[in-house]
Amino acid sequence: MSVRHAMLALLSEGPKYGLQLREEFEARTGEVWPLNVGQVYTTLQRLERDGLVKSDGTGEQGPQKRFRITTGGQQELARWLCTPPDLSSPPRDDLVIKVLVALYVPSADVHAVIQAHRRYVVELMQQWTRIKEYDTGSDLNMLLAIDAELFRLDSVIRWLDAAEARVSRAATDGTMTWADQASPRNQTQAPLPRHRREVRIRR
Amino acid sequence: MNMLELRRVSRSYGQDSAEVHALREVSLTADEGSMVAVMGPSGSGKSTLLTIAGTLEEPTSGEVLIAGQPAGKLSRNAKARLRRRAIGYVFQDFNLLPGLTAAENVSLPLELDGLSARKARVAGRRALDRLGLGERAGHYPDQLSGGERQRVAIARAMVGERRLLLADEPSGALDSVNAQAVMRLLHAACKDSGMTAVVVTHDAQLASWADRVVFLRDGRVTDQTAPAPGPESLLTPELNQ
Repeated sequence: MSVRHAMLALLSEGPKYGLQLREEFEARTGEVWPLNVGQVYTTLQRLERDGLVKSDGTGEQGPQKRFRITTGGQQELARWLCTPPDLSSPPRDDLVIKVLVALYVPSADVHAVIQAHRRYVVELMQQWTRIKEYDTGSDLNMLLAIDAELFRLDSVIRWLDAAEARVSRAATDGTMTWADQASPRNQTQAPLPRHRREVRIRR
Repeated sequence: MNMLELRRVSRSYGQDSAEVHALREVSLTADEGSMVAVMGPSGSGKSTLLTIAGTLEEPTSGEVLIAGQPAGKLSRNAKARLRRRAIGYVFQDFNLLPGLTAAENVSLPLELDGLSARKARVAGRRALDRLGLGERAGHYPDQLSGGERQRVAIARAMVGERRLLLADEPSGALDSVNAQAVMRLLHAACKDSGMTAVVVTHDAQLASWADRVVFLRDGRVTDQTAPAPGPESLLTPELNQ
């Protein structure tokens, strides 16, 4: 979340004080992203330095200081809104890594690893669903933020389901898993046909 | 009180080398007024679990108790009566009778149970009203949208004094908005009317409506979620003030 652009968005509605900006930021993001006062003033200072906002007067930084957006700020905000974030490279995902590593570890039960993550994610989804149903009322920002979280967690479950099906299929097909290859107890088994090994290595 | 209890229920089909174990020693309870979701991949035994819980099928071994009453000890007639009066079923493809209106579909189970047509009609109308379908009572299934058809099916499953609702992928044929609406209705029925619902689904977003999610794999219950903590664990302190 770009705090910088969120501040510009809030100021596009009209001049505002620093403290007000912090409160509105949290309210608009469904209070899912808390922000400290220091972050707000540092961001406003930088925006002012870059000519994207202007402050009233020359007083100390503090709740009395009021900020307004400049034309340059308006242009920067419009540019940012229409620029897609960089999604081209997959994020480093600890959960994915743990499941991949479990395939190497001879003592690990991949299904148990997958299920531990699945249960945790479903429990989180249950909590968000409760909050959405009982604690958000008609707060559109919060509903959208929770929807985004539910869809994100749902995609994790779908991946876990797909991963489990793939691992099971590999086991019944006789396709070796990384764990099979790494496990000392399997070293006496016949090696895989060459083409399969190559496919594996490329992964 | 446990509205539904499965004690070490197993179900297998075929014999010897052709024997298939659909369920293996499954134990499961659903408290009165709670909603339990059963999640698992296809072929994990979810639907078999539901048909056995609904006494539509006998377990090979183990016991099913409905409101504390062992279903296996009931006569065929008593079991049929239990199914008609206490258990409602919701299916993915709604299973409404096309030649009957929404109101007639909903009141039919009561009429079959011997209630007068007039009383059944009143109870059916009330069930439809409760699900916001009062104005659609005279419509035939093909005049209703998918979401409305499933709501009629839920009204039919809840009509009368039914206390246990068993739903097999109830949102499977619906778009995500209607699917969520169906889960909201089932959840509300549990919380407001003390109904117990067991919902089979492979969709985590839908399962997340449940008080408890049970995970099934290869016919076994492998895991279940812990009771959900309050919202304070996920929200910033400001919101909880």
